[in-house]
Amino acid sequence: MPNYRSLRDFDWTLWGVTLLICSLGVLQIYSATRDTIWRGAWTKQLLCIAAGIVLAWVVSRVDYHSLLGHVPLMYLAMMVMLMVTFVLGTKIFGSRRWIPVFGGFHLQVSEFAKLVIVLLVARFLSAVRNDRLELEDLFKLCGLVALPMLLVMKQPDLGTSLTYLAVLAAGIFLVGLRWQYVAAIVALCVLLMPAAWYFYLKDYQKARLTTFVDPERDPRGKGYQVIQSKIAVGSGGPWGKGVTKGSQTQLQFLPVPHTDFIMAAFAEEHGFVGVVVVLGLYLLLLLQIVQNAQTAPDKAGIYICMGVGMLLLFHLLVNVGMVVGRMPVTGIPLPLMSNGGSSILTTFMMLGLVNNVRLRRFVN
Amino acid sequence: MSISPIEQELEKKLDAERVLRENKKFAADKINAVQYLIFAVVAFLIACFYDLQIHQREYYSQAAERNRIKALPILAPRGKILDRDGRVIVDNHASFSLLLSRETLRPEHLAPIAAGLGLDLDEVKAKLARFARTRAKYEPVLIKEELSPADLAFVESHRDLETFPEMELIESHTRAYPKDGLASHVIGYVGEISDAELNSTEFGRNKPGDVVGQAGIERQYNDLLTGTDGERQVMVDNLGYERQVLGYKAAVPGQSLQLTIDLDLQVVAELALEGRRGAVVALDPRNGEVLAMVSRPSYDSNMMSSHISSKQWNALLTDPDKPLFNRALQSQLAPGSTFKPIVALAALQTQSITDGFSANCGGGASYYGRYFKCHLKRGHGSIELNRAIAQSCDVFFYAVGNRTGIDNIARFAEMAGLGAKTGIDLPYEASGVVPSTRWKMRTQRQKWYAGETISVSIGQGALTVTPLQLAHAIGGIAIGGVWRRPHLVKEQAPESARKGDVSPENVMKVIQGMYSVVNAGGTAGVARLPGIELCGKTGTAQLASNDFLKSAKAGKEFADNAWFVGFAPRENPEIVVAALVENGLHGDRAAPIVRDVVKAYFDKKARLTQDRKALAMQRILPGLNPVN
Repeated sequence: MPNYRSLRDFDWTLWGVTLLICSLGVLQIYSATRDTIWRGAWTKQLLCIAAGIVLAWVVSRVDYHSLLGHVPLMYLAMMVMLMVTFVLGTKIFGSRRWIPVFGGFHLQVSEFAKLVIVLLVARFLSAVRNDRLELEDLFKLCGLVALPMLLVMKQPDLGTSLTYLAVLAAGIFLVGLRWQYVAAIVALCVLLMPAAWYFYLKDYQKARLTTFVDPERDPRGKGYQVIQSKIAVGSGGPWGKGVTKGSQTQLQFLPVPHTDFIMAAFAEEHGFVGVVVVLGLYLLLLLQIVQNAQTAPDKAGIYICMGVGMLLLFHLLVNVGMVVGRMPVTGIPLPLMSNGGSSILTTFMMLGLVNNVRLRRFVN
Repeated sequence: MSISPIEQELEKKLDAERVLRENKKFAADKINAVQYLIFAVVAFLIACFYDLQIHQREYYSQAAERNRIKALPILAPRGKILDRDGRVIVDNHASFSLLLSRETLRPEHLAPIAAGLGLDLDEVKAKLARFARTRAKYEPVLIKEELSPADLAFVESHRDLETFPEMELIESHTRAYPKDGLASHVIGYVGEISDAELNSTEFGRNKPGDVVGQAGIERQYNDLLTGTDGERQVMVDNLGYERQVLGYKAAVPGQSLQLTIDLDLQVVAELALEGRRGAVVALDPRNGEVLAMVSRPSYDSNMMSSHISSKQWNALLTDPDKPLFNRALQSQLAPGSTFKPIVALAALQTQSITDGFSANCGGGASYYGRYFKCHLKRGHGSIELNRAIAQSCDVFFYAVGNRTGIDNIARFAEMAGLGAKTGIDLPYEASGVVPSTRWKMRTQRQKWYAGETISVSIGQGALTVTPLQLAHAIGGIAIGGVWRRPHLVKEQAPESARKGDVSPENVMKVIQGMYSVVNAGGTAGVARLPGIELCGKTGTAQLASNDFLKSAKAGKEFADNAWFVGFAPRENPEIVVAALVENGLHGDRAAPIVRDVVKAYFDKKARLTQDRKALAMQRILPGLNPVN
C-alpha cells in the first residue's frame, strides 16, 4: 500500500471548511430551536455529522473506480428504495419522502440518490469516447437520470429532483454538445413550460411560483414564508441581533428556522458580516472541489468532482436565493447547515467522493 | 504570494506525473468557467444580503418590530352601584372581548370571522366603516363582547399569524345588572357610544368605541363611574401568544356610587306593579332622597349592554307599551283628584274659602253654560272640606276652584314644584304642564276661559304631572310646605330647601282630609294600615272627554288612569309614595301599592329598631340569650 494515500493526503482544507460550516449550522440550530418542540435537534445534528465523518472516511478508502464498477447495482438499489418509499414512506408536510428506520430516524432516499446520480453520470460520460456527446448517448443518459427524477417528483419533491438535473447538466456541459442540440433542448423546454403549468404542476407549486414573482400578493398565505424570511434577514442589519436574540427566529415568525430557512435565522442573528463569512466558506469549499477536479487523474474523477460541485452550487443558489426572496420556495436544504440527517450524510459522502478522487490523483 | 508547503509539494508531484493523465487538457476551460460561475453565484447572493441588511435595513427592522410588539388596552372596570345600605345593585363580571386590528385586517377574512363568532356580517362591516371615518388606523375595533366558550375556542384556534392574525383578545368587564329589569329605569344601561353622542358636549371626553352610560344613573354619572383605561405593550410570537410584557400602565377603576334607593322598598314596589303599566316613586320628603323608583313594563339592562341586535332594539323601540320609557319621570298625565289637596291649599291660603265653607253636591253642577258631573252620580249632599277630600267630591272642588281662580291655583301648584322639572339626577325628566292665563297666552295666544278652571280644579284639563312631581309636591306639603330636590346619589349635599308661603293651620286642614281618605271612610280605605297613620289621596284621571269615552271608538287604551299619592306618618312624615297604574280605572287600584311600600318601610324600621334594642340588651346583659 503506497503511503501517499495516507491521512496526510486528505484534503484538509476541504474538511476544515466543511466542519467550520457544520459547526455554525449546529450553533444556529441550537439557537433557533431552543424554545420549540425541536429543542434537541442540535444534538441529533452533531450525531449525524459524526456519522458523516465516518462515512466520508469509508467512501474515501474505496477506490472510486471500483465504486464506478458497481453503479448498475447501486442504480437498481436506488430505484427499489425509491419505490419502497412510495409504499412505506412517512408522509410529512403532505409529501412522502421518508422511510422510517430504527430509533425514530427517517431516511430520505432521494438525498442518497444524489450519490448514485453523480457516479452514474461520471461512469456513463467517462465511457464516451468522442469529443461530443452523440444523440443516442444523450437520450440514454437522460433516460437513466429521468427515471429516479420522475419517482422523486411524484413524492412530490420537485426541488430535490431538480438537483439531479444539475448533476446531469454539469456532466453534459463538460463533455459538450452540438449547438443544435442545445438549441433544441432550450426550445423543447420553452414549449414544455406552459404544458407543465397546466398539466403537471400542483396548485401549491403554482402558488409558490406566483408568490415568488409577487410575494405581497398573499402575505398571510403562500408569500408568508418569504416575507418573514426577508424581514428576518433585513432586520439583522450589518452586525446581527446576537445568538438567541433574533426576534423573527425566536418568536417563530420565521418558518422552519433550523431547516430550509436556517440561513435567514443565521442572517438575523449574525448580520451581514456573519453572512459574508459563511458565504465565503462556501466559496472556499466549492473552489476546493473544483481544484480537485482540476487535479483529478481521469475524466471520471473530473465528472465526480464537478458533479458534486455543481450540485452543491445549485443547492446554495436555490436555498439562499429563496431566503432572500430571489428564488421560489422549493424546500431544498442548505447543505451542511440545515438540520437533516439524510442531507448531512449525503453531503459528507459526496465530499468523501471528492476526497477519494484527490487521494488517487497520482496514477501509478 | 504565499502557498502552503503542502500545496507546493502537490504542484511538483502533479508536474512530474502529468503525462500519465488520459487527457490533461480535458474540459480545462470549462472547469475554469465553472469557477467564475461559482464566484458569480456567491457575489450575487452577497449582493442580495447587502440589499436587505444594509440598504433596506430600516424598513425590515420596523417590520420586525411591528411583528413582535402589540399594544393592548386594559379596560378599566366601571364603578359599582350600591343601594343605601351598601348592597350591590350593579357589579361587573370578567369576560373576554374581541378586537379586530385594522392595521392587519384583510377584507376577505371578515366573512369567516363573523361566521365563526355568530355575528351579522353587515353589522360588522358598518362598524368598521364607522371607525374608518373617525379613528386612527392603529386603534383596534371592538366587534364582540362577552365571548362564549365556543367563541373563545374559535378565536384561540384561528388567531395565529397565518390564519386571522387581526383578531385580538382582551379581558374586559361586563356590567352585571339585576335580573328581570329590577330598577332598570333608575340604573339605565351602558352601550357603545353613538355618532350623535360623540358630537354632543356631554360626551366630550369620549372617543369612538367607548362604552358609556346610555340611560339612568349610568348616563347621569357616566364620568364618575367610568375608569381610566390602561395599556399593555407586549411581545408576541407568531401565534399571537404573549412572551414578555414590555410596558404596563394599570387601569384605574371607576368610582363606586351609593344610591339613596332602598332595595327592600324597591323590590316591594316592583312586585306591587308587576304585570301592569305604571310607575311608583317613593321619596323621603325630609331630604329629597329617592327610596324607590319603578317604571313598568321594564327591560333587561343586561341585554341592552351587549347582546342586543338591531332587531331586538327596534322591537323595544316600537313596543306599544314603551318599556324604555321611564314613566316615573317621563310620563306626563293628568293627576285627577290627587291634585285636589293642592287646590284646597291654594283656596285656604288665598282665603277664597273660609273654615265653614261647604257645597251642596247633587251629582253635578253647571258652570259657564256647561254641566260638570261629580264622580258620584247620586251626589254627596252638603259637604265640607274634610269630607270633600276624603270622598273626593268633584262638585265641592268645582266651587272651590271657581272661587280661587286659575292663577292662584297655578301659583300654588308651581310652588309645590309642578310644571317644572324637579331637578332629579336622572336624564330626560319631563316638566309637566300647569295651565294659567299667562301659560295659555304664551303657548296658544288665547284668552283663558273660566270654564277651563273648573276642569283644572279636579286635576283635569291641560294640567299634567309626572309621578315624581306628584310625590315631590305632596311630600313637601306633608312636611309643612318645604320642598327638597329629589336625588338618587347619597353623597350629594342636600341643597337648601325651597320654603313655600303656607300657614301650618291650612296645611293641617288639608292633611286631615288626606288622613280621612284612608282612615275615615274615604276613597282609599283599602290602604289602611294598623298602627301607621297613612294619609293620601286617590285619583282617577280621564284620558279623554266624556263624550268621546261614551262613543264606540274609545277602547281599553282610554280607560282611566289610577293614581294614589300617600305619606306617613301624619306628623313628621318620613316617606311619601306616588303610584300610577295606567288604565287602572280607579284610584283605589293604585292605593294598595302605596300601602305595601309604606308598610315595608315601617316594617323594616321596626325590625332595625328591634335589632338595635337586642344588641343594646346584649351589651348590658351579656349572659342573656334572646329568647325566640
